[in-house]
Amino acid sequence: MTDDKDLIREDIEAYLAKYQKKELLRFVSVGSVDDGKSTLIGRILYDTGMVFEDQMAAVRAASQSDEPDLALLTDGLKAEREQGITIDVAYRYFATDKRKFIIADTPGHIQYTRNMVTGASTADVALILIDARHGVLEQSRRHAYIASLLGIPHLAVCVNKMDLKDYSQQVYEEITADFTEFGKTLRFKDIQFFPISALVGDNVVSDSDKTPWYDGPSVLGYLETVPVFADRNLEDFRYPVQYVIRPDLDYRGFAAEVSSGVIAKGEEIVALPSGKALKVAAIDTYDGELEEAWAGQSVTIRLEDEIDISRGDMIVKPGNLPRVTRRFDAHIVWMDEKPLDTEKAYLVKHTTQTVRAQIDKIYFDVDMKTLEEKPTEGIELNDIAKVRLSCHRALYVDDYQKNRQTGAFIVIDTLTNNTVAAGMISLEGSDQDLDEVMKELHAESAMEPKTFVSPNERMERFGQRGATIWLTGLPGSGRWTLAYALERKLFDEGRTATVVNPVGEDLRSMISAAKAVTDAGLINICAFPSPTRKDRDELAARIGEDRVIQVYVNTDEALCKERRPDVDTSNFEPPESPDITVALDEVRIDRAVEIILEALKERGQFET
Amino acid sequence: MQPSERKLSQLRQLEAESIQIIREAAAEFDNPVMMYSVGKDSTVMLRLAEKAFAPGPLPFPLLHVDTTWKFQDMYRYRDTIEANLQGELIKHINQEGVAMGMNPFDFGSNKYTTVMKTDGLKQALTKYEFDCAFGGARRDEEKSRAKERIFSFRDSHHQWDPKNQRPELWNLYNAKIKKGENVRVFPLSNWTELDVWLYIWLADIPVVPLYFAKDRPVVERSGTWILVDDDRMRLEPGEKPQMKKVRFRTLGCYPLSGAVESEADTVPKVIQEMLLNRFSERQGRLIDFDEEGSMEVKKREGYF
Repeated sequence: MTDDKDLIREDIEAYLAKYQKKELLRFVSVGSVDDGKSTLIGRILYDTGMVFEDQMAAVRAASQSDEPDLALLTDGLKAEREQGITIDVAYRYFATDKRKFIIADTPGHIQYTRNMVTGASTADVALILIDARHGVLEQSRRHAYIASLLGIPHLAVCVNKMDLKDYSQQVYEEITADFTEFGKTLRFKDIQFFPISALVGDNVVSDSDKTPWYDGPSVLGYLETVPVFADRNLEDFRYPVQYVIRPDLDYRGFAAEVSSGVIAKGEEIVALPSGKALKVAAIDTYDGELEEAWAGQSVTIRLEDEIDISRGDMIVKPGNLPRVTRRFDAHIVWMDEKPLDTEKAYLVKHTTQTVRAQIDKIYFDVDMKTLEEKPTEGIELNDIAKVRLSCHRALYVDDYQKNRQTGAFIVIDTLTNNTVAAGMISLEGSDQDLDEVMKELHAESAMEPKTFVSPNERMERFGQRGATIWLTGLPGSGRWTLAYALERKLFDEGRTATVVNPVGEDLRSMISAAKAVTDAGLINICAFPSPTRKDRDELAARIGEDRVIQVYVNTDEALCKERRPDVDTSNFEPPESPDITVALDEVRIDRAVEIILEALKERGQFET
Repeated sequence: MQPSERKLSQLRQLEAESIQIIREAAAEFDNPVMMYSVGKDSTVMLRLAEKAFAPGPLPFPLLHVDTTWKFQDMYRYRDTIEANLQGELIKHINQEGVAMGMNPFDFGSNKYTTVMKTDGLKQALTKYEFDCAFGGARRDEEKSRAKERIFSFRDSHHQWDPKNQRPELWNLYNAKIKKGENVRVFPLSNWTELDVWLYIWLADIPVVPLYFAKDRPVVERSGTWILVDDDRMRLEPGEKPQMKKVRFRTLGCYPLSGAVESEADTVPKVIQEMLLNRFSERQGRLIDFDEEGSMEVKKREGYF
C-alpha cells in the first residue's frame, strides 16, 4: 500500500479509480521447506501492508521466538501445520501502488511436481529460491525446467539467505554464473537474479544497503514492472465456443472467452468443424456491444447468418487456422497415483472439447535428476514424458509454447474421473490450408478400432480377474452339475460368472467362446468334453495358461459307466497335473464347490 | 486500436475469468444451482451470472438456505431480488430443525449452524439432485480457503476431503462426477474483499443496507455488537439495547453476526474504513471463534 495509504485517507474515490485500473500479475513461487520460500512470501505480504492486525497477532502467538515467524502467514491447513510442510498449492493476494498480484504458492518437494505444475500453468513469472549456502542444486534446476516447460515467460531467481554468507558478492556471482549457464538450455524470455534475505528483508520490498554492489531492482520492484501484457498472443484468433445463448428465435449468440488474438465486428470468420465462412454481426456483452474483443475477454459473438455451432466448436479466421488433428505429440506430467495405462482410453479436455483419446506411444521420460531424456516403459506419478495421443475426434490445437490456451489439455480417467495428467502440445511441420483441415475433419477416428477397456479396469469394476474354469472328467462324472452349482455359488458371493453352454458346437468354438467371456473379465465355467491332453493343451494355450483353471472331476470310473453305459470312453486321457481334483463319489457337490472356491481365492482370483 | 491499448484492468480480467467459470459449469453439469446467501459476495456472483448469459435468463435456479434467523433487512432484500429475477429462487428451510425448535440461543452456535445451515444445505442439494452448486466464497477470506479449488469436489455425503481434490490447471475444469456426487464451484475464488466492494461501487449494484453505518439498537456480547433485530432476541439479565452507529462487514444470522461501530455510510467510505482498519473479514462472525481452524472442520462436514 505504501504511498497509497495517504490517498486512501484523503481521496478514497481517486484511490479506487486508480486501483481498478491496475494490472494483474500472476506468479508462482517455488521452493522447499528449508530454502525460505514461505518466509519470502510472508515478508512480501507483511512489508506491503497486506497483513491484518489479527492475523499478525495470531502469528506472534504461534511463533517460537520473539520475532514473528512470517512463514506462518502463508501456512494453511491444519493437517499441514501438524506435519510442518506445505502440501498443496495455496493462492495469496496482494496489491501495491502499481499492480495487483496473485501468488500461487507451491511446495518444492520432488514428489510434488504435480503441485508446481498446477501453480505454474497460469503464471506470468516464476519465482524460485536458491539457498546462498548451497548454490544451484538439482532441485533449483528442476523447478526452472518445469517453469520453462509450462511456458512461463519470466524467471526470477532469488539467491536467499545472503545474510548467512555475509552478503558476499562473490558467492552471489558464482551462483548467478552457474545458473545462467544452465538457463541457456531453457526457453525464458528473461532471467533476473536477486541477492536477498527473506528473513531480514534485504532487497525483497526495498533496496538493501548491505549489498552496495547490487544495483538491480528489489524482488517486488521487479514484479511491479516486468512487462506481461506483451506476453499475450494477440496474433492468432481462437474462440472455443463455451455456451450457445438462445433466449428466443431471434437471438443466437456464441459465448466464449477469447483464447488468443483479436476479433472485430464485421470481420470474416471460419467456424470449425463446419468450415463455413461468415461475418461477425456483433460482439455482445451485458454492458453493451464492443467494436472488438481480444485475448482474455468473455464475450458473446453473433454471426450474420444462421449457422449450426455448438459447444466445443471453434471460431477462427480464414487466414490463420489452428492445426486440426486427431493425433499429436505432447509433453505430459502424470499426476495420479495410478500409472499411465497405454491400453485404455482416457478423456482429454482441450479448450471446450472433451474427447476420448489414447496415449499410445511413449517417446521418452525426463530424468528429474539430470533433466535428460531417458527411455521408459511406463509413466508414474510426477513423471514428465513426451508421448503421442490419438483422439477419437479432431481437436483444434496450437503448439503450447506459442499458445498456452489452445496448446494445453488435461487428461481425465474415465473410471475414477480424476484429473490424471496435464499436457502441453508440441507441433511440428507446416500449417494446413482449409482443404487439408476439412479432410482431417472428415477422417475416421485415430484410435484403433479395438477395446479401450483395459484388463485392469475390468478387474476394478468386477473385483475379480477374468478366468476360465475348465472341468475335465469322464462322461457321467457330474461335470455339468458341478458347473451350474459353482455358477450359483459364485453369483451368491457377488462374483460375475457364467456357464458357457454347448449346443451342437465343436471344441474350437467352445474355446473361442470361453476366451471371449474371459477377456470380458468374467469367470467362465465350462465342462465341454476335452478328453485328450492335446485338447487341454490347446485350450490352455488359446485362452491363456494363467487364466485357465483345470479341474479334474475324478469321479469313480465304475459309477460313471453305470450312469452313462452308452458312451465310449476309450480315448479319455486323465489330466496329469490338474489345478484342482474333486471326486463326486467321495464328496458332496456343495463341498466340491467349496474346494474350488477356496482354490480360486488362494490364487488371488478376487480383488475384494 | 493500438495493440498496447488491448489490455484488461485487473478487475475486468477477474470478471472475464469468473464469467468463463460460470459458463463452463453451466455447460458441463446437468443440474446446477447457485447458492444465494443475500450477502455482497452472492450479489456480485449473481451479477456475473447475469452477465454470462445475457440477454438470456439464468440457466439455473438460485437457492437460499434460510436458517429463519437472518436479519429482516436480508429478507426484504431477498424479496426484491426475487421480484426482479428472470428465473426461480428456491427457499429452503430445514423443517426438522424448526420442529426441534432450533435457535442460536438454546443450542449454541455450533449445533445451530450445523442443523440450520449445513444440514439445510445438504437437504436441499439432495432433494433437488443438484450436481453443482455455485458459491460466493473467496480464497482470501480465510487461511483454509487459500488452497480451495475453483471446482471443489464433494463426495456423495457432500463431504470435502482436502487430500482428495483434483489438480486444477489453466482454465480447464474437470466436471466429471458420478451420480450422487457433486461439485461446489467458486467463481469469485480469485477476488479479494476490496475487488468485491469496488465492483459493487463501479457497477452501482444495490446491497443489503446493513453493510452501511446507521443508528441501530444493539447489545454488547463477547466484545462485539449484536443487533436486536426482532423480538425473538433474548436479552441477558440487565442487558439493555442501546443505539449505536454500526455496520456489518459480513451478514449471517443476526444473533451470531457482530457489528462494528462505524461512520461509513457509502461504498467508498466502507472501502476506506476497511483498508485503513485492516481487520480480517470474518472477525465479525462469532462462529469462527469456536476453535482454531474451525472453518476447515466445518468445510469437511459440508458447510460450504
